[in-house]
Amino acid sequence: MNLIAEIEAEQIASLGKEIPDFKAGDTIRVGYKVTEGSRTRVQNYEGVCISRKNGKGISGSFTVRKISFGEGVERVFPLFSTNIESITVVRRGRVRRAKLYYLRSRRGKSARIAEDVNYKPLKGKA
Amino acid sequence: MRSGVIAKKIGMTRLFMEDGKQIPVTVLQLDQLQVVAQRTADKDGYSAVQLGAGAAKAKNTSKAMRGHFAAAKVEPKRKIAEFRVSPENLIEVGEEIIADHYFEGQYVDVSGTTIGKGFAGAMKRHNFGGLRATHGVSISHRSHGSTGQCQDPGKVFKGKKMAGHMGAVRVTTQNLQVVKTDSDRGLIMIKGAVPGSKGGWVTIKDAVKKPTPENVVLPAALKSAQAAAEEAPAEEGGEA
Repeated sequence: MNLIAEIEAEQIASLGKEIPDFKAGDTIRVGYKVTEGSRTRVQNYEGVCISRKNGKGISGSFTVRKISFGEGVERVFPLFSTNIESITVVRRGRVRRAKLYYLRSRRGKSARIAEDVNYKPLKGKA
Repeated sequence: MRSGVIAKKIGMTRLFMEDGKQIPVTVLQLDQLQVVAQRTADKDGYSAVQLGAGAAKAKNTSKAMRGHFAAAKVEPKRKIAEFRVSPENLIEVGEEIIADHYFEGQYVDVSGTTIGKGFAGAMKRHNFGGLRATHGVSISHRSHGSTGQCQDPGKVFKGKKMAGHMGAVRVTTQNLQVVKTDSDRGLIMIKGAVPGSKGGWVTIKDAVKKPTPENVVLPAALKSAQAAAEEAPAEEGGEA
């Protein structure tokens, strides 16, 4: 293993984060720490994961899209951000693309994603 | 003025901080960094230390350099550089410098040879804007445009920015911050980018445009001093 990969693996281990198995199409809820003045609270952001980038590495990130007050909102989260309190999968979606950017041009009925009823957890995971 | 170090650029990664910030860092490694020779005011007219880093095969080292390394009783080095130091900060020949030479948060200047770009156009080399995409422009969308006036002065001024060879020059990036050091593996992590390619050699010095911090290790963080400090933990501040 090269040195950079070693450093990244160490950092992932030291951050001690548990990333659930999720992919584009899944509806997820992200608990994000928000600091207001001196106090910190956790804000939930729920929406459809439309892309995952750079895999499971330290530089990985994912994009969550939701419709907020009739307006599409997308947020990109670093996978290992220390500001992320929790990631929970709300619903498994069945999609045929890795990146669901086509949802941006869709509204309402055509922007729905079918539920993946045959979801099988990854091997080695509960 | 104390010595700098020679380091090898390993690559870049990011660090996540407790407060949610993520910092892009360049990982630099000190590889068997030893003092190879000293320059003194009596003998050479100035005081400096010559450092060597990396490991070179003896068969690939010239006979003259082999003799030079043998005189210092060190293994043949891959990269050699000289650092001006004040006379009281001279380091003994053969001493090894470790990554604790810099502390977290310190500002440093990093010099290295940039990645060569070959013959590059004016847009890439000097950030020119190029010509328009339409409105009658043909073939010359990425050209530099006019290079001067008319019959008076009747020449192109010297220093005019034009296309030409880009990169592969020595560049110093000033005031970079040290984020983390790891003396076991000889790693120094510096915020932001440093010149050069992965595997290239860079030199790190204390920032010249910042006041010298008080807690720098003088003359340098040495392996022998670290070993001595470990043997006698009661003796605080075993550096020097």
